[in-house]
Amino acid sequence: MQLIPCPWCGPREEVEFHYGGQAHVAYPAEPAELSDEEWASFVFFRDNPRGPFAERWSHAAGCRRWFNAVRDTRSYELLAVYRPDQERPVTT
Amino acid sequence: MTADFRLPRGGRIDRDRPLRFTFNGRSLTGRQGDTLASALLANGVHQVTTSIKYGRPRGIMAAGVEEPNALVQLAEPVSEPMLTATTVELCDGLVAEGLVGHGRLGDEPDPARYDSKHAHCDVLVIGAGPAGLAAALTAARSGARVVVVDDQSAAGGSLLGRDDYLDDRSSDAWVRDVVAELDATPDVLRLDRTTAFGAYQDGFVLALQRRTDHLGFDAPRHVARHRIWRIRATQTVIATGAHERPIVFDDNDRPGIMLAGAARTYLHRYGVQVGKRVGVFTTNDSAYVAAIELAEAGIDVPVLFDARQDVPQRLRAECAARGIDVYPGHVVTGTEGRDHLTDVHIGPVGGERCDTVGCDTLLVSGGWNPAVHLFSQLGGQLRYAPSLGAYVPAEALSSARVVGSAAGSFELMACIEQGAEAGRAALTAAGFSPGADVTVPVADTRPDEVAAMVLWRVPEGAPKVPLGTEYVPKVPFGTAGDDNSADARFVDLQRDATVSDVLRATGAGLRSLEHVKRYTTIGTAHDQGKTSGMVAAGIVAEALGEDLAERRPTTFRPPYTSVPFAALGGRDRGELYDPVRVTALHDWHVAHGAEFEDVGQWKRARHYPRYDEDMHAAVLRECRAAREGVALMDASTLGKIDVQGPDAPALLDMLYTNMMSTLKVGRIRYGVMCGIDGMVIDDGTVIRLADDRFLLTTTTGNAAMVLDWIEEWLQTEWPHLRVFATSVTEHWVTVPLVGPRSRDVLAALAPDIDVSNDAFGFMTWQDTTVAGIPARVCRISFSGELAYEINVNAWHGLALWEALIEAGEPYGITPYGTETMHVLRAEKGYPIVGQDTDGTVTPQDLGMSWAVSKKKTDFIGKRSFSRPENLRPDRKHLVGLLPADPTVPLPEGGQIIEHDYVPEPPVRALGHVTSSYDSAALGRTFAFALLRSGRERVGEKLYVPVGDDLVAVTVTDTVFYDKEGARRDG
Repeated sequence: MQLIPCPWCGPREEVEFHYGGQAHVAYPAEPAELSDEEWASFVFFRDNPRGPFAERWSHAAGCRRWFNAVRDTRSYELLAVYRPDQERPVTT
Repeated sequence: MTADFRLPRGGRIDRDRPLRFTFNGRSLTGRQGDTLASALLANGVHQVTTSIKYGRPRGIMAAGVEEPNALVQLAEPVSEPMLTATTVELCDGLVAEGLVGHGRLGDEPDPARYDSKHAHCDVLVIGAGPAGLAAALTAARSGARVVVVDDQSAAGGSLLGRDDYLDDRSSDAWVRDVVAELDATPDVLRLDRTTAFGAYQDGFVLALQRRTDHLGFDAPRHVARHRIWRIRATQTVIATGAHERPIVFDDNDRPGIMLAGAARTYLHRYGVQVGKRVGVFTTNDSAYVAAIELAEAGIDVPVLFDARQDVPQRLRAECAARGIDVYPGHVVTGTEGRDHLTDVHIGPVGGERCDTVGCDTLLVSGGWNPAVHLFSQLGGQLRYAPSLGAYVPAEALSSARVVGSAAGSFELMACIEQGAEAGRAALTAAGFSPGADVTVPVADTRPDEVAAMVLWRVPEGAPKVPLGTEYVPKVPFGTAGDDNSADARFVDLQRDATVSDVLRATGAGLRSLEHVKRYTTIGTAHDQGKTSGMVAAGIVAEALGEDLAERRPTTFRPPYTSVPFAALGGRDRGELYDPVRVTALHDWHVAHGAEFEDVGQWKRARHYPRYDEDMHAAVLRECRAAREGVALMDASTLGKIDVQGPDAPALLDMLYTNMMSTLKVGRIRYGVMCGIDGMVIDDGTVIRLADDRFLLTTTTGNAAMVLDWIEEWLQTEWPHLRVFATSVTEHWVTVPLVGPRSRDVLAALAPDIDVSNDAFGFMTWQDTTVAGIPARVCRISFSGELAYEINVNAWHGLALWEALIEAGEPYGITPYGTETMHVLRAEKGYPIVGQDTDGTVTPQDLGMSWAVSKKKTDFIGKRSFSRPENLRPDRKHLVGLLPADPTVPLPEGGQIIEHDYVPEPPVRALGHVTSSYDSAALGRTFAFALLRSGRERVGEKLYVPVGDDLVAVTVTDTVFYDKEGARRDG
């Protein structure tokens, strides 16, 4: 079980967290303007990279705050955590 | 055999404490400190059981967790299946029997306690052998928090099975000193009988501690039998030792054939001689030492066969001095014996000549496999070491180090030195400064002289039987006619899988060891292939003509050894399995005979049977009371979310399909929530308390989900919205007062308000006092009847409830449960999200287009409604079903078909029944269904298969009762 560094609480057990899928997928400003294909892409399609992946997490059984993390999907290592309003940091 | 095989001296057992035990019905005696296996061997018992497929006699092959054969079931002191005799500590009164492949769970509840504990440390050392102890002591001297776990009953590891001297003292003295210093050091936790079985990311290790098993009947009941340790370590040192590897040859499975190192352990740790006349078959130097030590203990060891042509000369000379004839370049080609080994066939490698030697025991050593399981579990890469014929760690991990024989280093002083070094590296990495050095003692061990030979199996063509003799197996095979049954070259003894099985797998085109494993079942038994996995890998590579170093190594997965489910469950069982939530009125429901149902974690009163009523009768009576008089229920479990802030109206307009910002203070609106895919996720009422404050209700089971949903949108998409959402579910007791006489009851208790329909209209709310209690009363109806939903502070819930019961008494007020609530709502066509929907249902499918705003430019789910998939005319709609026979209830989940017969498969199902009830008001059964093009099918006759029958049904709309809504206002 991993330790996940909540940006507000510090490292906590994985079981306290809830996974929220890919980060930086904004709700479209004008859904009505989107084609069916564009809308379906927003609703159903997400990246699934091998390597660093920016994703959303919620410290559901802790401070209940959402945050973003860059995680290496090969090693599970969390390379960075940051607030939802921040840019994805550069990770190596 | 009844002879005593306990040697007159030696062994780390207490000879003054005899322990009586029973095995396979025989009364036997062992000694304190024995395992079941060592006690059996001390009594001359090798055979423990027979094999799972072929029924061949099987004995004790190892002395630890790697044992593939000696499966036993304990009857006393506790009932437990699938243990290995080599890991069961003997206790007085133990009763066990051998198991053929699988065990039986006890049929009595397990009265023992199990628990778990967290431990945090700077350095975790797994294994208290020479390397582990050196690492632990080095780390402990730095002041680091150290945890040391070891699966044996005492520290020492391999030293327990040897009689080495360290600095001219018995190694016991060295172990004793190290342990004494560790135990005297603050912040060192040393755990015996504790097996680390899983290693995970970020230094997390799970270990199973057997706290009371060795105490037998004296085990205190208040002490947890097993404890799961959840250890979080900054640095981990893995010093888990190695498992000896057998060699595959014909009839290699007879009782009496065992690993050489195991015989050494039985000698030195338990004072047991494993046989009277012992032969040895090896590919490496280590078995020479076993042969020499057994001979020194007075055991007849006439022969040692070494597959190598080049044999160690000093060791050979030592053997010669003890009467052991060493045969270079010889292999075992077969064995004889019915229940126990009697003879060994041997011959030179590739030769024609063959001899037979009489032996009751054959010690085998094919080399050693480092126990790299935990390292591999951590994701550490393995590398094939051709000199060892085994996998070793191929890389360093930043927070885990492997030392000693687990790293492929078998020399005692090197193990201690490596341990001390790893301890130093670990404590430094954890931020500590090294304390005093641990001095490496001088060992009197015999150095290895000649490189080991890697031999997975005795090659084909080697003579199998004495020349000129016709080979007749003395042990008949159980399964006649099986092609493989003639092969007695066992790779996995527990699975009865042979060389032929492996070759059949590779012959069928399987190349990956993972595939061969699944095809042959090798490595899938209780021992997870600790003795068979590497051998199988070698045979597969040989068969494919490939180099093992080029092949992908095995990945080990937790658990390292089997772990009882009871231990994993710990205290989280029975009432503590999951939190139980009860309302403030729960005790009243219990006192009044309610039957309960689980709704999420909530206990909800399902119905209140009177006298000998069954649920059906009780529900019909409760429904009648609600439709004809007055009734009340406990709806406190309904989710309640207080939403406050200037942007609350804007938020709710996005969350709900209908318009909430236009709701006036004092009024209530029903609302539906959808996901972005347009599917219904919840419904409930919204009441507006102020311009900037709303109270939302959710379905009981979705309360937490809806709060999370709101938080997610607020935090991740619309952080600019000034809104706070707070769960207030448990603040309120909510009591719907339902029925034509509800107004009379409320009027009697709420003198401050005008309860007439004109003054207190449908879908409005008022704050007042009811029975003297501050209350919020809402005109909401989930039954279609005149109804008031009364909300009070939960502290006053019981007072309200009892006042309502008393005031309603003249009208025959009746408490009703969730079952009646379901019938009443269904009669009125109200769906329940999660029962009549399943995540693939839109508001339009439910016939709720009226709840979907056409004015709002956007809300969650809106754009999905116009997706072509959601506009298909053949979507499933919620409809009603009336069985042709009004007494027949349809089963919920029942499929709906077109024909009055069941056609040949595949049968096209048009939909399924989602809710089904018997109605007092209708005098018949009825149901809801999700039905393809359902609304276009109203009036059609369809069929629901029920068992062997087909029930004819007519499709209807969803409102069965009071279609005009005349009853709502009383």
